[in-house]
Amino acid sequence: MTHGTQVLDQMRPPFPAEPGAGVYSSKLGMWVFLASDVMFFTALIGSYIVLRFGAPGEWAKPSAVLNVPLTAFNTFLLICSSVSMVKAYAAIQDGKKYFLRPVPGKLLRDGGLKFWLLVTMICGAGFVGVQLIEYFKLVHHGFTPAGFREGSVLAEHAATDPIRYGAAVAGLYGSTFFTMTGFHGFHVTCGVISMTYLYFTKVLPEKYSPQDYRGIEVIGLYWHFVDLVWIILFTIVYLI
Amino acid sequence: MTSVAHKTAETHDAHHAPMSFWRKYIFSTDHKIIGIQFLFVSLFFLLVGGLLAMQIRWQLGFPGKPMPGGGILPESMAAGGVILPEYYVQLVSMHGTFMVFFAIMPLLVGVYANFLIPLKLGAHDMAFPRINMASFWLALLAGLIMTTSFFVPNGPIRSGWTNYAPLAARPDLSGVTVGQMLWCVSIVVLGLSSVMGSLNYITTVINHRAPGMTWFRMPLSVWALFITAILGVLALPVLQGAAIMLLFDNVLGTHFFDPVAGGQALLWQHLFWFFGHPEVYILILPAMGMVSDIIANGSRKPIFGYHSMVFAIIGIAFLGWIVWGHHMFMSGMNPTLGSTFMVSTLLIAVPSAVKVFNWLGTMWRGNLHLHVPMLNAIGFVSMFTIGGLSGIFMAATPVDIPIHDTQFIVAHIHYVLFGGSLFALFAAIPYWYPKMFGRMMHEGIGKLHFWLTFIFYNLTFFPMHIIGMGGQMRRIYDPTVYDFLKPQQPLNVFISYAAFALFTVQALFVFNFLWSLKFGKKAPQNPWNDNGMEWSLPNPAPHGNWERTPNVYRGPYEFSSPEAGDKDFLPQFVKLPTDRDPVPAPVPAAGH
Repeated sequence: MTHGTQVLDQMRPPFPAEPGAGVYSSKLGMWVFLASDVMFFTALIGSYIVLRFGAPGEWAKPSAVLNVPLTAFNTFLLICSSVSMVKAYAAIQDGKKYFLRPVPGKLLRDGGLKFWLLVTMICGAGFVGVQLIEYFKLVHHGFTPAGFREGSVLAEHAATDPIRYGAAVAGLYGSTFFTMTGFHGFHVTCGVISMTYLYFTKVLPEKYSPQDYRGIEVIGLYWHFVDLVWIILFTIVYLI
Repeated sequence: MTSVAHKTAETHDAHHAPMSFWRKYIFSTDHKIIGIQFLFVSLFFLLVGGLLAMQIRWQLGFPGKPMPGGGILPESMAAGGVILPEYYVQLVSMHGTFMVFFAIMPLLVGVYANFLIPLKLGAHDMAFPRINMASFWLALLAGLIMTTSFFVPNGPIRSGWTNYAPLAARPDLSGVTVGQMLWCVSIVVLGLSSVMGSLNYITTVINHRAPGMTWFRMPLSVWALFITAILGVLALPVLQGAAIMLLFDNVLGTHFFDPVAGGQALLWQHLFWFFGHPEVYILILPAMGMVSDIIANGSRKPIFGYHSMVFAIIGIAFLGWIVWGHHMFMSGMNPTLGSTFMVSTLLIAVPSAVKVFNWLGTMWRGNLHLHVPMLNAIGFVSMFTIGGLSGIFMAATPVDIPIHDTQFIVAHIHYVLFGGSLFALFAAIPYWYPKMFGRMMHEGIGKLHFWLTFIFYNLTFFPMHIIGMGGQMRRIYDPTVYDFLKPQQPLNVFISYAAFALFTVQALFVFNFLWSLKFGKKAPQNPWNDNGMEWSLPNPAPHGNWERTPNVYRGPYEFSSPEAGDKDFLPQFVKLPTDRDPVPAPVPAAGH
């Protein structure tokens, strides 16, 4: 070992110093972090439930204000990204570090880690993009975190049909909707940024091998968690 | 599934490479340096919090009189040196905020979890040294943001450290705009720092124990810090979520906590105390753990009931999750729910009493060595007992109705936070000082500091019980304007004098701490004749701790063991001829 690598090594956690849980430390750390993230979303979702069921008026029908088909597509996109994350994980387990490789006798080429992680990143970024479009449209129509904007299209609709648009508690609706979906979007963004970082520092230089693919496994855990949170949010915000 | 061609823990021979001053002391990834950084920063915030408390006491003792030195405050805070009502509320709010979030919590968790966990487990460092470093810098950033709120228009928050809605949620009601936002942002940043720290501690304790350091050979300090980290990782995100909602109420015009628009003010209280009660145990469990280590050492006896101590820690931590409603008996919450919370709260007395009796059982017929850490540890046990007993008063709903929100509550919280946590810190700081800085703190000054603090502390806080029973509400600006409070004003003056004396004698501690850095007696390797793994290291311990991963041969409390020969202690790292080396367990593969 040269002197240079020794200096680098002191930045690295001693892996794995002691078995303990039977998993390596970064994976254990990610599980602990996810437990803490569960509590964060519990605070937001719990408040939503309390506010919605204790609301002093009728809650808006989701389809009245929100574009449910667009978000259903977005949900599909995020689930696809979870699938491609599993494919990326399986690819590096099998030692497929490449992007695409032709398979004799088959029409489709075989995807490797570089391909499937890129697909995951694109799907994740696509999700955030669609969510931003959704936000801009909603705000344009007059739906803001503070409720329906005075004089907007939605405020006029709410005046004519206050039950369907939940006019009495529009402020609560805006508060909970933007906070919950916004923080989920923030989590997706963080995931995409982390994957991009891994892509350029670890995946493209082919640092991962079937012997050590810890980064992919850890980011995969995070990604599936974020996906799962979205499925809950989509159900309770857009469907019920 | 394929297995990992793993690097073994050989990497740490590299730890003695020379490093620049900045890498070694400022942007350090060494858990010991990070702990020391936390120590200096949080002692500073402790001083800030103490200065705020002195101003509160001036106002309560001598309302309407110009405060000495008050002339340096702007007219908007203290007109002509007389504290204004708005500033008084800000003093109360920021005293609580600084003491809870930036003094006691980082002193216990930031300093001692960082410093002790790897040392006591025989680990070379934390599991994630860089996340550890980030955790310190985020905590410092949060503290600076909080401090900034004194210098913005309208000053810091006015709604108490608990920030009850709707006052905190509506700038038009509280009159505070920027200060409230800064509070929320600071708490979110602090929560992030705390979660990063806690996940590090949990991972380190689970995965980085030296061979032979089984779960039930861990010292109680590490057990307590481990359970505290679990509380932190689960409780802080709830506060973050609540603070974010409060921030949005102030900035984006959302209506989470604004009843006028359909929001629920009580929701804030539920969220805050769902975090807040586990937080109470974050502030006391590490103190209990460290005190257990010190009392066993000072009594030269094994800790009484080691396993029951561990299960008491776990029991307190578990019960801590289901008692938050006892802060809200008078909030308008369903009274039936109140009786549930009453029962669960009273249950906590059981594991707490287990701990107190075990400390007494440890000291009983021990060969007591009353060094400064031991004196402060005994101070902790006695003061915590008083604070715990007054806690039972307010846990019972019928008793809580008259005493809630009075100075009685203020007395209770200071008996557990000052009498409990801070005395434990006055024990822990001199105890591990030699391992941090290589020198001993002065024993004589330390004893003087203990006795003066103990006396003035009781003179300050005990009378608060009485004036609280007499009906003085906490946070009132001027007790002399109420006829029924006038007879007890002399007691308020007395408390203020005692508080000023209490603050003044802390100069002894500050002097002792700073003077000993340079002029303290050079410490021997194991000055307290203790059994912990950290005492096998030179003073101060080098980066990377051990040259080779040490082996652990026994539990941490083998004092006065017949196997020890002519000594009265038998450290965990000493191999007797009869001891066998522990077998390192197999290393996990990726994907398992």
